[in-house]
Amino acid sequence: MNADFTADDLAFQAEVKDFLEKEFPSAYRKKIDARQRLTKEEIVDWQKILFRKGWVAPNWPKEYGGTGWSPTQKYIFSTEMGLVGAPEPVPFGMTMVAPVIMAYGTEEQKERFLPDILESNVWWCQGYSEPNSGSDLASLKTSAVRDGDHYVVNGSKTWNTYGQHADWIFCLVRTDNTVKKQEGISFLLIDMKSPGITLKPIVLLDGHPEVNEVFFDEVRVPVENLIGEENKGWTYAKVLLTHERTNIAGVPRGKRRLGSLKRQAAETDDGFGGTMADNPNFKRKLAEAEIELLALEYSELRTLAALTVGKAPGPESSILKIVGTELAQSMDEMLVELAGYGCLPFLPEQYEEGFEGEIFGPGNSASAALTYFNNRKLSIFGGSNEIQRNIISKAVLGL
Amino acid sequence: MDFSQTEEQQMLQESVQQFVRKSYDFDTRNSIVSTEQGYSAEFWKLFAELGWLTVPFSEADGGFGDSAVDLTVMMDEFGKALLVEPYLATVILGGGLIAALADEKSKGELLPPVMSGDLQLALAATEHSGRYNPLSVETTAQVDGDKIILNGVKTAVLNGINASYLLVTARESGEVSSKDGISVFLVPTDSSGVNIQGFTTIDGRSSSEVQLEAVSVGASARLGQPGKAAEALLMVNEKATVACAAEALGALESMLHKTVEYSKTRKQFGTSIGTFQALQHRMADMFIQCQLARSIVIRAAMKIDSNESTVEKTKAVSAAKSRIGYAIKAVGQEAIQIHGGIAMTEELDVGHLFRRVTALDIMFGDADFHTERYASL
Repeated sequence: MNADFTADDLAFQAEVKDFLEKEFPSAYRKKIDARQRLTKEEIVDWQKILFRKGWVAPNWPKEYGGTGWSPTQKYIFSTEMGLVGAPEPVPFGMTMVAPVIMAYGTEEQKERFLPDILESNVWWCQGYSEPNSGSDLASLKTSAVRDGDHYVVNGSKTWNTYGQHADWIFCLVRTDNTVKKQEGISFLLIDMKSPGITLKPIVLLDGHPEVNEVFFDEVRVPVENLIGEENKGWTYAKVLLTHERTNIAGVPRGKRRLGSLKRQAAETDDGFGGTMADNPNFKRKLAEAEIELLALEYSELRTLAALTVGKAPGPESSILKIVGTELAQSMDEMLVELAGYGCLPFLPEQYEEGFEGEIFGPGNSASAALTYFNNRKLSIFGGSNEIQRNIISKAVLGL
Repeated sequence: MDFSQTEEQQMLQESVQQFVRKSYDFDTRNSIVSTEQGYSAEFWKLFAELGWLTVPFSEADGGFGDSAVDLTVMMDEFGKALLVEPYLATVILGGGLIAALADEKSKGELLPPVMSGDLQLALAATEHSGRYNPLSVETTAQVDGDKIILNGVKTAVLNGINASYLLVTARESGEVSSKDGISVFLVPTDSSGVNIQGFTTIDGRSSSEVQLEAVSVGASARLGQPGKAAEALLMVNEKATVACAAEALGALESMLHKTVEYSKTRKQFGTSIGTFQALQHRMADMFIQCQLARSIVIRAAMKIDSNESTVEKTKAVSAAKSRIGYAIKAVGQEAIQIHGGIAMTEELDVGHLFRRVTALDIMFGDADFHTERYASL
């Protein structure tokens, strides 16, 4: 047993570090550190840099423009990205819809959609959740009724992330009402410019309209936009949900955040002449978070080691999701604790895309509560942590 | 990177599993606990024949290789079986300290009988006032001509009543908890002034309280240089800490397994209680605790076997012991709760596993102690 990388892997790690140092724009890094959102153009610009390097889609098969990397190389890449705060490509196109198109789409669909996803020419968003279908996703009601060469779509989707940027949406729609709920669902690709689609922004607790409600009113969708067979959409979606759970542990990002919490603690007065870095309670919380991060990192490495010898990803990803998100949320609490009174100003506008003014301080304390609020989503989305516990009790414990 | 077991580790694991399956069921174990010496001499000889007593010794000392990862593989299985034989006392602590401190001649005399199962040892290091700090030593060693006189009280001395020798930590100079000035003395248990009062621990081990009243030994009883035993003591302590963590790991996974199986068969309100989501989620959490604990214990063992600095090793050990201490409470208490009243009885093994992990949490420092030590490094 050992946790060492091979010489080849170490050389690869050095290559990735070097690339990120040279090519990840420092202006973006600064914004991310200040919790400011990148604009759509900046996100696309960064993804195109990765595309030109040939590294934008490590999880794609090589024939579609993937990297052909081993699981260890993929791990190294995403770790190094996380350590410098470089954003992973927006997942909706690259890691969510593309694998479904590759697995179940026609040749024509592959040629039509995949190259533009790879080159970040087209922005995709997700149409899964509905106001009455959250964790019980299969109960969704948005309907698609066949009418000649078209489906006519009616209904609404919610928690749609960055639909305001999107050119296309992939949707789960109900095509049969008479069968078991999982068996009447189809997977449909819809052009966001189609007449009858309207977007209503949803402002979240942090004051940012990160998600939308999407309304479909008699939207006509050509039948060639159906993926695979009618009423098989649930099967396809489940494959996609597995993809959604990879990289969910967030260890590199956690390390980065922990480092920043430590630095911040050393700069935060405790009110009695010392700093929060000497506060026994806070020190203890930092130590506990660091220890949990180590346990999580080695759990991820154990999963990775199993992958490298050809084992399929199992319910371990549920553990990584639960622990990774709960740990991130505990760091959010520490962020608020350090900010103290500084977290009280509600100034979401200074973190919006394109904000040029002076950030109201001290430091970045006005972002602390906003981060805490926003990250409460972590244990809700991607299959809530309760759903993950259901998966563990069924798939691992056999309950 | 490779987290799979080597062939040797697999063989070691299988040999322990086979022994437990064949010869060490719960009733056998309990009857051993109730004997006066608290372990089976017959099984101890068998352990020697199977080569288990050589595991934490280097090849140079005639051992299996002194790998902490090997050791965790074995302790993991010991934990599942609730083993009470004095492996920790004689082999890891006593033997480990001799291997680290003694000269070649003493090693040649002492280690072969340890590995052949013919010699029992006990480490008399812990003191009431020292809590979990092995360097807090009030026991004194005063040179008197060509003799050394030992005075003090030691507690939680595992295997004291069975040991032929005690390895006594005593202070020759320095403040109570200073690193310099601590020596280790090899003291025959039948020496005049040695008073050993045995007791059985909450988890069925033979332990003891030891009083040393003007115990006189020769200078040759001192292992290593005068006052310079701290490093070796700490190193052996780290290894024993990881061994206890690994033992707890096996016990916790066993508790999880038994709890899940019980929930499938225990019927209430006309259905098995394992169908209740309120319980399913708690068992899922027990599973998560076990997995995280396993990851961090493996990490600690790997670090001990690595070339990294002492500080890194110490931090890794504290991270592991802290994390497993948390898992011990979480998994142990839930196992009792989900079993319900039956787990409160002595007839069921789950309660005994609970007692074992509770003791393992305490041994070499609980979660709070190790979290603080981690934060201080």
